[in-house]
Amino acid sequence: MSDPTTHAASGAGAADADLTRLTAVEMADRLAAGALTSVELTQAHLDRIERIDPTLNAFLLVDAEGALATAREVDAARAAGEQLPRLAGVPVAVKDIACTQGLTTTAGSRMLEDFVPPYDATVVARIRQARMPILGKTNMDEFAMGSSTEHSAFGPTRNPWDLDRIPGGSGGGSSAAVAAYLAPLAIGSDTGGSIRQPAAVTGTVGTKPTYGAVSRYGIIALASSLDQIGPCARTVADAALLHEVIAGHDPMDSTSVDAPVPDVVGAAGTTDLSGLRVGVVREISGSDQGFQPGVQARFDEALDALRDLGAEITEVSCPHFAYAMAAYYLILPSEASSNLARYDAMRYGRRVTPDGSPSAEQVMGASRDAGFGDEVKRRIILGTYALSSGYYDAYYGQAQKVRTLIARDFEAAFEQVDVLVSPTAPTTAFRIGDKTEDPMAMYLNDIATIPANLAGVPGMSVPSGTADEDGLPAGLQILAPAMQDQRLYAVGAALEARLRERQGGYVIEQAPEIEVRA
Amino acid sequence: MSTRTSAGPDRTVPYDDLLTRYEPVLGLEVHVELGTATKMFCGCATGFGAEPNTQTCPVCLGLPGALPVVNRTAVESAIRIGLALNCGIAEWCRFARKNYFYPDMPKNFQTSQYDEPIAVDGWLDVEVPPREGVDEEPFTYRVEIERAHMEEDTGKSTHVGGSTGRIHGASHSLVDYNRAGIPLIEIVTKPLTGAGERAPEVARAYVGALRDLLRALDVSDVKMEQGSLRCDANVSLMPTGAERFGTRTETKNVNSLRSVERAVRYEMTRHAAVLDAGESILQETRHWHEDTGITTSGRPKSDADDYRYFPEPDLVPVAPTREDVERLRATLPENPAERRRRLQEEWGYSDLEMRDVVNAGAVEVIEATVAVGASPAAARKWWMGELARRAKTAGEDGSAVGLLDLGVTPAHVAELDDLVTSGRLNDSMARQTLDGVLAGEGSPTEVADARGLELVQDDGALQAAVDEVLAENPDVVEKIRGGKVQAVGALIGQVMKKMRGQADAGRARQLILDTLGVQG
Ligand SMILES: [Zn+2]
Repeated sequence: MSDPTTHAASGAGAADADLTRLTAVEMADRLAAGALTSVELTQAHLDRIERIDPTLNAFLLVDAEGALATAREVDAARAAGEQLPRLAGVPVAVKDIACTQGLTTTAGSRMLEDFVPPYDATVVARIRQARMPILGKTNMDEFAMGSSTEHSAFGPTRNPWDLDRIPGGSGGGSSAAVAAYLAPLAIGSDTGGSIRQPAAVTGTVGTKPTYGAVSRYGIIALASSLDQIGPCARTVADAALLHEVIAGHDPMDSTSVDAPVPDVVGAAGTTDLSGLRVGVVREISGSDQGFQPGVQARFDEALDALRDLGAEITEVSCPHFAYAMAAYYLILPSEASSNLARYDAMRYGRRVTPDGSPSAEQVMGASRDAGFGDEVKRRIILGTYALSSGYYDAYYGQAQKVRTLIARDFEAAFEQVDVLVSPTAPTTAFRIGDKTEDPMAMYLNDIATIPANLAGVPGMSVPSGTADEDGLPAGLQILAPAMQDQRLYAVGAALEARLRERQGGYVIEQAPEIEVRA
Repeated sequence: MSTRTSAGPDRTVPYDDLLTRYEPVLGLEVHVELGTATKMFCGCATGFGAEPNTQTCPVCLGLPGALPVVNRTAVESAIRIGLALNCGIAEWCRFARKNYFYPDMPKNFQTSQYDEPIAVDGWLDVEVPPREGVDEEPFTYRVEIERAHMEEDTGKSTHVGGSTGRIHGASHSLVDYNRAGIPLIEIVTKPLTGAGERAPEVARAYVGALRDLLRALDVSDVKMEQGSLRCDANVSLMPTGAERFGTRTETKNVNSLRSVERAVRYEMTRHAAVLDAGESILQETRHWHEDTGITTSGRPKSDADDYRYFPEPDLVPVAPTREDVERLRATLPENPAERRRRLQEEWGYSDLEMRDVVNAGAVEVIEATVAVGASPAAARKWWMGELARRAKTAGEDGSAVGLLDLGVTPAHVAELDDLVTSGRLNDSMARQTLDGVLAGEGSPTEVADARGLELVQDDGALQAAVDEVLAENPDVVEKIRGGKVQAVGALIGQVMKKMRGQADAGRARQLILDTLGVQG
């Protein structure tokens, strides 16, 4: 894959393909050197979005005007000799779960189809401060409930590797945009794996930082105690740069961690893992646990690579991970049922007025019925039930106890090892429509990613290669103790470099070019 | 649209009658709006009376993505209230979400506290005033406090188009979210038993004592009529001697101390009538009507109301250190009741005088006046006399204003009193001086100087005036000499007139008598 221009989509000039295939680090360097303008770079991405995205449906909204305006400002500032942040002028896509002032923010729901926030999420404000042009808002499962983007009210996003397959979810739009070179970087949110699982099935990198490391202010809440915002990128170093932009204490989010941001960018330069203790979690890997053979094979090879890099590999057991899924599907719906109560059509959002002279309660009911999709209703009902008096202790209360036990499993494991690893998702990307009728099968996609959300520890997915049986990408998940996010980047970067050596390039470069559909 | 009230008034039984058969049990829930500058979970202003929906932001409007941040001052106020109510302060407690749908609640959950309140298990001793002609002494009732917890207020709904202002029959509703998110402290008593016939008075005395306490703590403006202090009264009756409490009703919209007493009394008489008829009390919310003095049925309320409480995941636990608590304890004011007793003793006021001062809300201003040098008697004389009289009509269009709103300071009053006791002014001149102070002409001394108000201290001028008056009134002089000393009053008036008021009437009298050689 030495000549990226061979991948250029038909009917377009090679120039924008050249530019979009750079890493974010390369883009930043060329911008800083004056070899490239942000307007050129941004326009190249906008052109590619215009050509490719009608096929992919990764974006719900493209803000060409806004992105180019930022790009022009950055170019002018640079021309005037102003000192600029590292990623100034490098475009980014934002999951439609983050409020953007003046730009429609839907969370993938009909309910918020016309909702234009009057304020920016802190993450968005930081992106603006970093002077990164925002290309647009990316598709997602409705209110981030799902693992495939098939639950988006605005149609599924397609996987750039195979257009009949899902790009993961809920943040499939962000990962597909990054994988298809529609954006070098994107913002995701991860409640049970919504950054890491899409990264795994699209051959990209995604990080869920430590809970509280990135502000949730302005992020449309799914489950407050689980939600975390993080970067999506094609390389570990690119992800680190975006991580650095968005992380840090925010007084507007009470659960925000007031501590210095770990040096993730420095860590992303790691090439040697000598002395690092790596634990393989017995409960979330292995064919006997339902992991696809090709996914497991790439994982085993990655372990060899880690050994080559100087790491010591041991197996550790986290016995309570077996209950993670059950606990997660009580805690998430409980919190979601309350978080989504505000969508009542009284102050904003879709309003449906029944005939006659309906009461406020009837308007609320009709609006929620029309505005929410089936998966959202399913989880609201589940959560409402789990929190009901008489059931609270047996469900929500019990789930919280499991959560404590899982956190203890992590603590015990991190006494023995520095990081934990597992395959990110049990399978490669499945076909669109395969699991929409079977919620349990869909939920099982997140079996390896959920424990990190329950315990609040950071996790990352890096590509491990492609599975033999289908040629589709698989991911390796790295987990670290809370506030040790830099370890993810150290392990991820070293592994990425070693696999790149072995496989002759980044995994994403094996992706076939997208056939534009009419 | 028909409502339950159209079925006619509820039956009641005479109050004295019911007490022979039933024992009342009360439970009082008081909501206090804290006087913090900003709301409970956002930085919006809290001022009363602003244009609707001008004091709002994404947080208190419950916009997608907005998150709460706890107001530290509100937590400190809650702890101080808890300490003043002799409660234990939690070392660690959380907020909880109370989930229910209502248009005036932006998030459709209220961030409150549930099973982990900030303050628990306290008490407040309240003094119930003696009944006229019945009791000699006030009696003291210890109100046990179950808890005090923090929560946020809801928006305020106005129902338009109906006759009652209630939601029934209204064509539409308007919601003002300025109130949404204002910090509230809810103070809940344990069941109040054993008060018997005095129960309504105990309820009133408790709310009054609580109001005084909160005012002394300076945590709220405690204005019942503006809703910054709201009381819900739970009332039930049980047959005398029974141990199981009866079914309770919760009466809302009780907006004055007098209403607290009346509403409790009314509910007792209504409950008794229902029970006497062999029927059972419906557990429900009742609305108090100040004008008619009755309650009407609100919505049925049952223990099955399921608010699906769970710990608020967007907030971190509140964990005041013991040092924090002790620091706040050191800021507590003296208990208002104890303070009153102490001041009464120091000032030498009678019980009646002290009660009048308290009822007039003049304790603080008298204390301040005494502190700048006036005698307690003089301070009371001015504030409860001349100034109280003027306050009654000092407002626009002759309406009443508070003593503190008159524009006279304690220092003015002390200075004025000094001018009188030192003999520079007489009472009438003092009143003229006060006119000047009220008109903004300056301090009493400045006014007296500017208006040339000063008693003539020189007996020469006064003696000349006396001589003139005596010469002009030989018949009166004759009477006085004949033993009718009281006739001297007529002469004093004439002397004062000649002196244009600038003389001490007592001195004038003395000079008249001396000149005539008569013993006063
Ligand atoms: Zn606000």
